[in-house]
Amino acid sequence: MRHVISALVMNEPGVLAHVAGMFSARGFNIDSLVVGRTEDPNFSRMTIVVIADERTLDQVRKQLAKIVTVVKVRDFKDTPYVARDLMMVKISAPPATRSEIIELANLFRGHVVDVGQTSLLIEISGEEEKLDAFVELLRPYGIREMARTGVIAMPRGASSVTPGAEEDVKADPAKPTMSKPSTKAALPTKRQPTQQELEATPPG
Amino acid sequence: MSTATPSTGAPAFMPSAKTQNIPTSQRPASRLDTASPSGDTHNGLPVLGHAVGKTDRYIGMTGAQILLQMLVEHGVTDAFGYPGGAILPTFDQLYEKQLNFILVRHEQGAGHMADGYARATGKPGIVIVTSGPGATNTITPMATAYMDSIPMIVFSGQVRTYVIGNDAFQEADVTGISRPVTKRNYLVKNVKDLPRIINEAFIIATTGRPGPVLVDLPVDVTTAKIEETIDDAPYLPGYRVHTAGHSKMARTAAEMINASERPVLYVGGGTIISRAWNEVRQLAEKGNIPCTTTLLGLGAFDENSPLSLHMLGMHGSAYANYAVQESDCLIAVGARFDDRVTGNLKLFAPKAKIVHIDIDPSSISKNVKVDVPVVGDARICLTEMAQYIEHKPRTAWFEQIAHWKKQYPFTWQDNSPRAKPQAIIEAIQKVTAGKAVFTTGVGQHQMWAAQFKRWSIPRSMVTSGGLGTMGFGLPAAIGAQVGRPGELVIDIDGDASYIMTAMELATIKQYNLPVKVAILNNNFQGMVRQWQQLFYKGRFSHSQMVNPDFAAMAESFGIRGIRCDKKEDVLKTVEEMVRHPGPCVVDFLCEEDENVYPMVASGKGLHEMELGIVGTAPPNSGRDMGSLA
Repeated sequence: MRHVISALVMNEPGVLAHVAGMFSARGFNIDSLVVGRTEDPNFSRMTIVVIADERTLDQVRKQLAKIVTVVKVRDFKDTPYVARDLMMVKISAPPATRSEIIELANLFRGHVVDVGQTSLLIEISGEEEKLDAFVELLRPYGIREMARTGVIAMPRGASSVTPGAEEDVKADPAKPTMSKPSTKAALPTKRQPTQQELEATPPG
Repeated sequence: MSTATPSTGAPAFMPSAKTQNIPTSQRPASRLDTASPSGDTHNGLPVLGHAVGKTDRYIGMTGAQILLQMLVEHGVTDAFGYPGGAILPTFDQLYEKQLNFILVRHEQGAGHMADGYARATGKPGIVIVTSGPGATNTITPMATAYMDSIPMIVFSGQVRTYVIGNDAFQEADVTGISRPVTKRNYLVKNVKDLPRIINEAFIIATTGRPGPVLVDLPVDVTTAKIEETIDDAPYLPGYRVHTAGHSKMARTAAEMINASERPVLYVGGGTIISRAWNEVRQLAEKGNIPCTTTLLGLGAFDENSPLSLHMLGMHGSAYANYAVQESDCLIAVGARFDDRVTGNLKLFAPKAKIVHIDIDPSSISKNVKVDVPVVGDARICLTEMAQYIEHKPRTAWFEQIAHWKKQYPFTWQDNSPRAKPQAIIEAIQKVTAGKAVFTTGVGQHQMWAAQFKRWSIPRSMVTSGGLGTMGFGLPAAIGAQVGRPGELVIDIDGDASYIMTAMELATIKQYNLPVKVAILNNNFQGMVRQWQQLFYKGRFSHSQMVNPDFAAMAESFGIRGIRCDKKEDVLKTVEEMVRHPGPCVVDFLCEEDENVYPMVASGKGLHEMELGIVGTAPPNSGRDMGSLA
C-alpha cells in the first residue's frame, strides 16, 4: 500500500542523509522523496511516498518523528489531501507528428516549453496516475529523456503540517473551507479523456 | 523559576513564543531550566546549568574556553579521552584542571569508560578525542550507548572548516559516520553556535530516551573568539519528550492488571534510567505481581523478593520464561521486546494482553503488538498507575510459579577438576554480598553473572546489552570507578572479552584506580564455542584462544595479578582480590566445556528452551539462590 507522508524538517546539512539513512537502516521502502523550501527559511518540507502496510507505516511515522531534526510528521492515510507530481519529458517530434503530440499535451493540460528541430519538451503536473497515463501515450512517439520530481502533497482544508499545529487539527466548523471532502471529487475534470478514449486516436 | 509546561505533556524545547502560544511578554527571560521536561533535574544532573538567551558572557572567549566553562556549568566533573592535533586547543584548556580528566590508551576505552560512568552514576559520560581515527574509534562505544540508551557526549576534534572535504590529514566525515549511532550530532561551523549547541547536546543526551550525542569541533572553531552578543538558548523545535503518560491509558492498564489472574511485570533498563525502582517495587507489592527483569533491568527489582522471577529471555530463568508464556497480562516497563528477550515473536506470550510503558513512542508496537500503550516516564506512569492497582491473592498463579522455581532453579554441577565458572560468580556474590558495582564483557561469563549473582541494587550491573560489545568490561569498570570513587568495582570478564581492551590496565595504573578484575578464563570465546558445539557439530572454528599469563601481564603494568588454578582456592582468592587495596586482576582458570543453560535457541519460543542441567535433579539448588528454594 502506498502512503504519503509529509515531514517538516530543520533546514540544515545532514537532515536528508539522516532521514534517508533511517529508511535504509530499518528496511523501509521509499517510492519517492522530495525536499524543498517552505514559507519559513528555517524549515524544509519532505514529502515521502512509502510502500508499507499499516503497522510499518506507524513505525515509519514514529521513527521519523524520533529524529531530532524532524519537526513534524504526518501521514495522509485518513486525511483528504492534494498530491502533485511535476514532469518534464523530451519527446521525438518530427514535423509529421508534432501537432498530434501538442494536442495530447493540451488534453492533459501540459505545456510545451521548448521546441527543437525534431523534439518537443513538455512540462506537465498532476497526480501520479495522470502522468503515468500521459507517459504511456507518449511512449510510441519515442521518449528521449524524462524527469519527474516525485510527489508533493498537502492536506485539504485548514489543517496544516507546521511546527505549531497539533497533530490532527480538526477544521474549525465555524470557518467552512472551500475544499471538497474527497480527493476523487476534486480531480480536474480534464482527466476524463482516459487512456481508452485517447488510444482511439492513432498516433499516425 | 519555572514556566507552565504545555498541558500536552510534550513540550517542544523551542523558545519561540508562537509555538507555545505564550505571549512573549508573559514569558520569563528564557532559562534553560524552564525547558526541562519535568521542571526539575534529571538523574541528579541539572539538565540546564545557567540562564540562557541573548548574552554577552562569552565575549572574548575562545571556543575551547567556552567548551570547558560550559562543561563545568553543566555539572561535569570527569571526562575521558585522548589528545591529538585537531583537539589540542581544547586540551590546552584542560591543562588548567577544571575537570578530572582520564587519559586512556585507546579512544574506544574512553567511550566505554564514559558509558560505564553514566550507567553507574546516571550522569552523562563525557569523551574528548581528536579528529579522524580518534573520532572513528569512538563509534563502537557510541553504538553501544545508543542501543542501551545511555547518555554520553563525545567532543571530537575536526580539521579546519576551510579544509573539510579536502581529505586533509586525520580528516574523517565523523558526523556522517556517527549519524546512525547517535541521537543527534553536530558539526560546529561557527564559534557563535557553540554555546547553543552545547546546551542542546546536554538536553538531548540526558532527557527522554537518553543516548549519545557527538559534537565535531574544527580547530578554527575552538581557537576562534566570540566578539559579540550571541543567543545560547537551545532551539529544538523537533524534540519532544513525552514525560507524563496518558491518565486514561494508565487507568485502563491498571484495570486490565486488576482483572488478570496471571500477570507478570517485565522490567527493563528504562526503569533504571528513570530511577523508577521504588515505583516498580511498590506496584509489584501493591498488586501482588511477580516481576522479571531484562539483563539491563538487573538491580531494578530486588531478586531476593519472593515476587522476583529473576532474568528472562534467551538465558533467563526457566520460571521467568514459563511465567511469561503462561501470563494473561504482561506489563512491560522501560523494556523494548528485544529478540534476546522474546525468542520467536510469533510464539511470545501468546495468552497475554500487553501493557507497555515506555518514553519512546517508536518502541510501542515495534516488535510486539501492544494492547495498552502508556507513553511516558516510567516513574511518573507507574506512580499514576499504582493508585488504581488492587491487591489480588492470585494463589493458583503463585503456586504454579513456586512449582517452576522448585523444579527448574539455576543450577550447576561441581563435576570437573577445574573450577566451574558459576562457582566463581557464587564466590563473588558471597564475599561482596552483592554490594559492589559489577561490569562485564559479553558472552558466557556475562550470562552466568546475570544468573548466579543475586541482583538487588540499581546501577550495580553495568553491561553491554543491545550491542553486545566484547571488551566493554574493563573500560566500563574504570568509568564506574571514576564515577563512584571509594566503592568496590569488579569487572567480571571473560578471557576473550578482557583482552580486547586490556591495554586500559595502563590507565588503571596511571590513575591508581582500585578496579578489580575477575577473569573467568576458559581459553575460549565461550559463547561462540557453545553455539559451535550445539549448532555447528562441534567444529570449533577460530574460537579457541591462546592467552597470555594474565596475572603476569597485570604485574607488568604494575598491577597486582593473581592466578587461581585450583577450584578449592576460588573463595579465598576472591577474598584476597576484594581485600587488596589497589587494582587487582585475577585469572580464574575454568572448566572449558561448561554451557549456559537454560537456552532458548534462535527461532524457538521461550517455553521451548533447552533446560540442560537446569532440567535435571538439582544437586545445588537452594544455595545462595534467594527465594528459589
